[in-house]
Amino acid sequence: MLNISLAHYLILSSIVFTIGIFGVFLNRKNLIIILMSIELMLLAVNINFIAFSTHLNLILGQVFALFVLTVAAAEAAIGLAILVVFFRSRGSIAVDDANNMKG
Amino acid sequence: MVSIFFYLFAFILIFSSVFVITAKNPVHSVFFLILSFFNATGLFVLMGAEFLAMLLLIVYVGAVAVLFLFVIMMLNIDFKSLRTGIMKNARLGLIIGVVLLAEIIFSIMGMHYGKDKILGTNLSVVSNEIENTRLLGNVLYTDYIYLFQTAGLILLVAMVGAIVLTHRKRDNVRKQDATKQVLRNKSETLNINDIEIGKGA
Repeated sequence: MLNISLAHYLILSSIVFTIGIFGVFLNRKNLIIILMSIELMLLAVNINFIAFSTHLNLILGQVFALFVLTVAAAEAAIGLAILVVFFRSRGSIAVDDANNMKG
Repeated sequence: MVSIFFYLFAFILIFSSVFVITAKNPVHSVFFLILSFFNATGLFVLMGAEFLAMLLLIVYVGAVAVLFLFVIMMLNIDFKSLRTGIMKNARLGLIIGVVLLAEIIFSIMGMHYGKDKILGTNLSVVSNEIENTRLLGNVLYTDYIYLFQTAGLILLVAMVGAIVLTHRKRDNVRKQDATKQVLRNKSETLNINDIEIGKGA
């Protein structure tokens, strides 16, 4: 209980990751909440990387977490830009309305 | 002492991330997202990754969360209609989520690394004589310089892409035309009228 080990961090990050996945299911129509859920998942991944980096005493994990952070920021910017364009053309952000390609 | 802070940060992180996905108002979702990032920052500091902790605050709370807030407030979105059928989705999501979480936790519990078990060892704050930021910089600008440059390129592409996507030409907006301004001269723009006293207006 008083000894915080690697497993504590791994379980915490897996819980946060699962909450992120659950968020995608729960708000299947709301694109903004889906983007936030993806941010939560990436945060969980970062916690994992840094926990292993500290545990193995290697700086490599933190370098990779830095790149994950970069990609997450770029992804949020592009995702929100696409969302704005989508809203302008459709007047809504419901994922179900994105059916032009009839995939 | 460290364990108290770990449990504090962990519980607030979990609860705020639950509120992120369940809040009725997306603005509240963003605020809970900010709260969860703050608590993740605390966890990063506990693990000894100070530089990434501060980076997380600057990048996420300072930029990404504000971007989310701007988009939510700028667009006039009917969020009520987006919440229909949420209970139907919740059941499927709950099943998949519980199964996934159980799988991950079982695999964590059974994880071994080499000879000794990896999980039992104490994860304490690393107190090297060389600080975290310098350690990161030492490898980032030497061994991983190409990856670092590529990360910068990704950010540049994202910036250009976001601007190109959202930029639009509007008709009834007055814009500055530098060439026109420079080519103006006194004779065609300035008119000097000599008005007699009392005749003006």
